[in-house]
Amino acid sequence: MIAIIDYGVGNLESVYKALESLGFESKITRNIDDINKSDAIILPGVGAFKDAIENLRNMNLVNPLMKNIKKGKPLLGICLGMQLLYEESLEDGKWKGLGFFKGSVVKFKGDVKIPHMGWNNLNVLKKDNITKYINENDYVYFVHSYYAKGEYNDLIATTDYKVDVPAIVRKGNVIGMQFHPEKSGKVGLSLLKAFGEMIK
Amino acid sequence: MITKRIIPCLDVRNGRVVKGTKFKDIKDVGDPVELAKYYNDQGADELVFYDITASYEDRDIFLDVVKDTAKEVFIPFSVGGGIKSIEDFTKILRAGADKVSINSQAVKNPDLIKKAASKFGSQCVVLSIDAKKVKDSYNVFINGGRKDTGLDVFKWAKKGVNLGAGEIVINSINTDGVKKGYDSDLINKLSNIVNVPIIASGGAGEAKDFLDVFKNAKADAALAASVFHFKEIKIPDLKKYLNDNGINMRRND
Repeated sequence: MIAIIDYGVGNLESVYKALESLGFESKITRNIDDINKSDAIILPGVGAFKDAIENLRNMNLVNPLMKNIKKGKPLLGICLGMQLLYEESLEDGKWKGLGFFKGSVVKFKGDVKIPHMGWNNLNVLKKDNITKYINENDYVYFVHSYYAKGEYNDLIATTDYKVDVPAIVRKGNVIGMQFHPEKSGKVGLSLLKAFGEMIK
Repeated sequence: MITKRIIPCLDVRNGRVVKGTKFKDIKDVGDPVELAKYYNDQGADELVFYDITASYEDRDIFLDVVKDTAKEVFIPFSVGGGIKSIEDFTKILRAGADKVSINSQAVKNPDLIKKAASKFGSQCVVLSIDAKKVKDSYNVFINGGRKDTGLDVFKWAKKGVNLGAGEIVINSINTDGVKKGYDSDLINKLSNIVNVPIIASGGAGEAKDFLDVFKNAKADAALAASVFHFKEIKIPDLKKYLNDNGINMRRND
């Protein structure tokens, strides 16, 4: 079972439905037993960083998540869920994140429309199992105003929005996707399929 | 590079997609979920559903359409029509839509934009504006284009974005249904004023209208209904034409 973490933000239903269409069993939950029993975890997210991280803390979900990551369980952070895995965010202030990935979440600058909203193509930099079903320049759907400035070693794929935006990052069993795989048509479903297949 | 978006618009009444000219001569187009799947397969980048029913019973049918679509179509879609409150937002987003578009109610109660943006995020809040040229200015019209508010379109758009709207749909009443092209003058002016994505609506008749609105009016997305519903323009052909003319399109799906 894949636990989709329900921490009071975001559109969880579409992640659930996408997994269902692929034949993966999943559960929208904030129950710690469910999280411990799950085979993989998805941290979704739409909304503001501050509210999200506060909700995770107030629901006592931070320790269970980090424990399960340490055990080697696959975890996928989507959009804000990916950003939460970084050390800090500069979204309307300065907020401490989960610190799994090194780096900060910063706002787009310069002559671009904000939010970065729409279909943009991936530049796959590194061969990885998570991208095994997609092509190198496939399009995925992005909606975000902030992006993660992290370490080069964690990058699997970037996208170009005047700056190189980390689109897929990975460190061991933990993956982040800045776009919405559950809204990226066949390409997105292929990425979720590859994630589901990480379950041992 | 980010692509321009092609967005078919589905007007839903009594659980069916319909199309008419200015609420007259309503024709049945098809089943919304089937049509959504068809457009997804054709390479539509996004979908818009408008609830054009009024009664409460019909609203429930409409919500079921949204739910059923979300089960089978995995591209973004927004929902509009008769949205009045945060509760309406919640219902629609829970049913699986990604964005909610508001029009008349935003004019009557601008605070709704602010409240919705802070609760669900700006990316969920689409401000839809019906614009009509009155003498030398563009005014905001509400209630299905029947009432002139006297508001200046550009001032209202700017205010909407400041309140938290993450995207603007600009529908020109002058060009709507005429099929002689989008109102490029209006859309171009708006593109220069606000820094959120702009969706052009009203007037698509042929492929070159899309090229014009992307190239000359700097729209980020173009919305159309009847040219797609009645298969006058096929999305794969349109995207090929636009790509050949230098407009970046998603064509690999």
